[in-house]
Amino acid sequence: MTLDSVMGVLGIIVVLSPALLLAALGLPLLCGCKLSEGVQARLTKASVGIGLLASVAILTSMLVTGVRHVPIELGNWVAIEPEHFHFHLKFVFDRLSVPFAILSFVLCGTVGAFASVYLHREQGYARFFLLYALFLLGMIVSSLAGTIETLFFGWELVGLSSALLVAYFHERPGPVRNGQRVWTTYRLADAAFLVAALTMHHLTGAGDFEKLVGSGAWPDGVAEINSWSALAVGVLLLLAAAGKSGMVPFSGWLPRAMEGPTPSSAVFYGALSVHLGTYLLLRVSPLLDVSLPLRIIVIVLGLVSAVMGTLASRVQSDVKNALAFASLIQVGIITVEIGLGLRYIALIHMIGHACLRTLQLLRAPSVLKDYQMLEDAVGEHLAGDAVNTARTATGFQLWLYRFALHRGFLDAFLDDWIVRPFTAVFRWCDGMERRWTNLLSGGPSRESDRVSPYSDSLEDVA
Amino acid sequence: MSELHLPWLELSVLLPLVGAVCVSLLKNRDRARMVCTILCAITLALTIGEWFDFAMLGSFEAHDHWDLFQTIFHRDVFVVDELSAPLLPLGALLYLATVMTTLRTKSHRFSFHWTLVSESILLATLACRHPWLIIALLAIATIPPWWELRQRKQCTRVYVIHMTLFVALLVVGQALADWATTSALFSIIAGGLLTAGALLRSGVCPLHCWMTDLFEKATFGTALLFVTPMTGVYAVMRLVFPIAPSWALQSIAILSLVTAVYAAGMALVQRDSRRFFCYLFLSHSSLVLVGLEMATPIGLAGALCVWLSVGISLLGFGLALRSVEARTGRITLDTFHGLYEHTPFLAAMFLLTGLASIGFPGTVGFIGTELLVEGAVEIYPLVGLAVVVAAAMNGVAVVKAYFHVFTGTRHSSTVKMDCRPAERITILVMVVLIVGGGLNPQPGVQSRYHAARALLEHRSVEQPNSSDQTDRTLSPQTARTSDKSNRKWKR
Repeated sequence: MTLDSVMGVLGIIVVLSPALLLAALGLPLLCGCKLSEGVQARLTKASVGIGLLASVAILTSMLVTGVRHVPIELGNWVAIEPEHFHFHLKFVFDRLSVPFAILSFVLCGTVGAFASVYLHREQGYARFFLLYALFLLGMIVSSLAGTIETLFFGWELVGLSSALLVAYFHERPGPVRNGQRVWTTYRLADAAFLVAALTMHHLTGAGDFEKLVGSGAWPDGVAEINSWSALAVGVLLLLAAAGKSGMVPFSGWLPRAMEGPTPSSAVFYGALSVHLGTYLLLRVSPLLDVSLPLRIIVIVLGLVSAVMGTLASRVQSDVKNALAFASLIQVGIITVEIGLGLRYIALIHMIGHACLRTLQLLRAPSVLKDYQMLEDAVGEHLAGDAVNTARTATGFQLWLYRFALHRGFLDAFLDDWIVRPFTAVFRWCDGMERRWTNLLSGGPSRESDRVSPYSDSLEDVA
Repeated sequence: MSELHLPWLELSVLLPLVGAVCVSLLKNRDRARMVCTILCAITLALTIGEWFDFAMLGSFEAHDHWDLFQTIFHRDVFVVDELSAPLLPLGALLYLATVMTTLRTKSHRFSFHWTLVSESILLATLACRHPWLIIALLAIATIPPWWELRQRKQCTRVYVIHMTLFVALLVVGQALADWATTSALFSIIAGGLLTAGALLRSGVCPLHCWMTDLFEKATFGTALLFVTPMTGVYAVMRLVFPIAPSWALQSIAILSLVTAVYAAGMALVQRDSRRFFCYLFLSHSSLVLVGLEMATPIGLAGALCVWLSVGISLLGFGLALRSVEARTGRITLDTFHGLYEHTPFLAAMFLLTGLASIGFPGTVGFIGTELLVEGAVEIYPLVGLAVVVAAAMNGVAVVKAYFHVFTGTRHSSTVKMDCRPAERITILVMVVLIVGGGLNPQPGVQSRYHAARALLEHRSVEQPNSSDQTDRTLSPQTARTSDKSNRKWKR
C-alpha cells in the first residue's frame, strides 16, 4: 500500500465520519424512530473520535514524510465534458486545513461531550445533535475544501445549522427572531460568496483554488490573476468572510447568536463559526499579495472590527455577550494579521483563541452559579463590589458610552437604511397589487384579509 | 420516428379521464378518494414506464406503440421527447402526492373527478407537440379551476380576464403565424402575441395577479395543481423557443428576471402563507424561464434541471403547507404559530423542501442552480448577479416562513396533529427524491444536457439562417452582432 493510497483512505475517513454521523442521526428521525440519548452521544463520540484520529494520522504522516500538500481527488461530482463544466470534489490536506480540521474535531468533540450532559432530558436533545452533526460536516468540508464550490457547500451547511441553533429554544419568539437575523446576514454573505465563486470561474476557468492562489503549498502559493481581478474577487470574499465572522458592519448578529444553548454558543459563535471567515481569508491569502488595495481594505476592516469589539465588550452586562464581543476583538486582530501577511501567526492565533473561547463559554454559566453559591455559603457579597466614586464624564465619553451600548448603532443603521426601505417598497407594491385586483374584481379581492388563523375546527382533523 | 414498446402515453392520458367518470359516479367521498389515489398511482407507474422505455430507446423523440391516434388521424398526436420525458412522471407524481395528502376533512371541498380530468389534460399537454393542440389543451385546462371558483361562490373576474386574454393571445398569435408565413411584420406580431400569452400563463410580472388571486380563492390543492406543472414554461418551450430570435428571448429573460427578483421581494413581505407560497413559486418559475432564454447549452441544461428540482421541491413545500393548513386553517405569517412540537415531520419536510427549492447544497436543486447561474454569467454577468440576489431573498423568505409557522410560541391543541401514514409516505418519497437527486446529480444533469443540446439543434433547424445560439455560446459580442441581422421571427 503506497503512502498516497493510505492518505487517500484516511482523508475519506475524515470527511465521511461526520457525514455518516449526520445520516445516522437524521435517518431514524425521518423514519419516526427515536434514538436514546445514550446512543446519540455514543454515535457522536465515535464519529468525532474516528475523524480526529484519521486527521491526526494524516498530520503525523505529513510531518514524518515532509509532505506539505496532499490533494485527495474524489473525481467529478458532476461533469458536462463538452462544456468543460466540472463540479470537482477535491479535498486538500495542507498546513492550513489539517490544523483547522483537527481543531474542529477537538472543539466539537469537547462540546459534544459537554452537551450530552448539559442538555440531558432537554426536549430538543435530538434536534441539537442533528444540527451539531450538520455543523461538524460543514466545518470539515469547509476546512478541507480544495475547490471553491466544495467550500461553498460546507459554508452553507455551517450557516444553516448555526441559524437553527440560535433559534434552538424555539418556543420563544426572541431566539427565533435572532435566528432569523443570523440567517439573513448569512444569506447576504453567501450571496457575496457565490458571486465571488462565479467571478473566479469567469477569470480562471475553474473553481480549483490552485487556479486562484497558485499551485504552491499553502502559504507559498502565488496568485495567477492580475491585481484588479484579485481586488474584485477579494472584496467579495471579504464581504462573505465579514458576514460569517460577524465583522463590521455585520457584528450585530454575534450577541444575538448567544440566545442558543451554551454548548452551541461555545463552538459555533465563540470558536469555530466566527473563524470560518478568517479561515477563508487565510485560504485565499495569496490574493492579498497581488493587490495592495485589497490588503489595505482587509487591515482596515480588521482594525475597525477590533475597535468596535473592544468598545462594545466593555459595556455588556451579560457574560455571554461580553465574550461574544471579546471574540470579535480577536477576530479583528486575526484579520489584521492576515492583512499584514503574518499567516502562521494568524493561524496560531486562531487556534489558540478558539480553544480559549470555547472553554470560557462553556464555563461562563457555571462560574456565575458557583459565585452565587459561594456568596450564599459566606452569607455576604464577596469582595470586589466596591462602587467607584462618580466621575464627571465628558461629552465625548458619554457619546462613546452610548455608541458602545448600542453596539455602534450598526443594527439600527442596517434596519433604517436597508431593511425598512426594502420592506416599504415591497409593501407599497403589495398595496398597488391589492388595488389592481380590487379594481378587476369590482370589490375586495383578498380572501386572506378576512380569514383568521385556526378558523377551522381542529377537532375536524381527529 | 422511434416507437415505444407500449402505448404508455395514450394509456396515461386516457386512464385518468375514464377514472374521472367513474369517480364522479361515486357518492362516498372516502371511496372516491381511494379510487382516485389508485388511479393516480397507476398513471404515475405508466408515465415512469414511458420514461424508462424512452430512455432505453436512446432517441430524441418517440411515439406510442399501437398508436390509436396515428391510425385514425394519420399524424403523431402524442409524442414524447427528451424535454417532456421526465415531465410526465413529474406531473403524475404531483397529482398522486396531492391526492394522497388530501385529508378526509378536506375531501368534501376537493373535487377528485375534476382533479383526474386536470391530470389527463396536463399529461396530454406534456405529451403533445402540435401548436394548435397545445393551445387547445392549455385553454381547456383553465376550466376546472374556474369551475371550482364558481362552485365556491368566489369572484372569478380576475381569473377569467387573465385566462381569456391568455387564450386569445395564443389563438390570435398562432393564427397569425400560420397565416402570415411570408410577411416579416406579421411574423413578429405573431411571435410577440404568442410570447405574451405564454408569459401571462407563466405569471410574469406585471401579469401575475391572477395567480395570487387563484391561491386566495381556490382550494390550495387545485391552485397547486394548476400552477406547479409550469405549463406556461412548457408553452414557451414549445411555441416560442424554436422560432424566436435572440432579441425576443433576451426580452423574455429580462422580464423573467425582473419577476424573479420582484416575486422574491414580495415573498418576504407577505402575511398570508398561500400568497407567500405563490410568490416563491413565481420567483422560481421565472428563474427557470431566465435559464431557458439564455439559449446556451449550460444555461438551458441548468434551467431544465431547475425545472425538475423546483417541480419536486415546491410540490413538497406546497404540500407541507397544505397539510399544516388542513390542521389549523389558513396560516398568517405575521405571528408565530409554534406547531413544531405537534408536527415535527411536517416541519422537517417544510424546511427540507423549501431549502431544496433555493438550491441548498446536498439537495436536488443545488447543481441545477449552479448551472443556471453559470450559464447566466457566461452571457451577462449582471443577470447572474440578479439570480443570486433572488435566490438569497428566497432563502431568507423560506426560513422566515418556517420560523413563523413552526416556532416562536408553544401551540396547544386538543387533538393529535401527527402525520397520517399517507402523508408520511409522501414525505419520505419527497426526501428520497430531493436528497437522492442531490447526492447523485450526474444522471439527471446528463439527461437534461442532452435535452438542451437537442432543443438547441431543433431551434437551429427551425431557424436555418440563424446561428445565434452558437454564436452566443462563443461570445456575447458575436451574438449581439448576429442579432442585428436576425430580426425576424421565422417559421
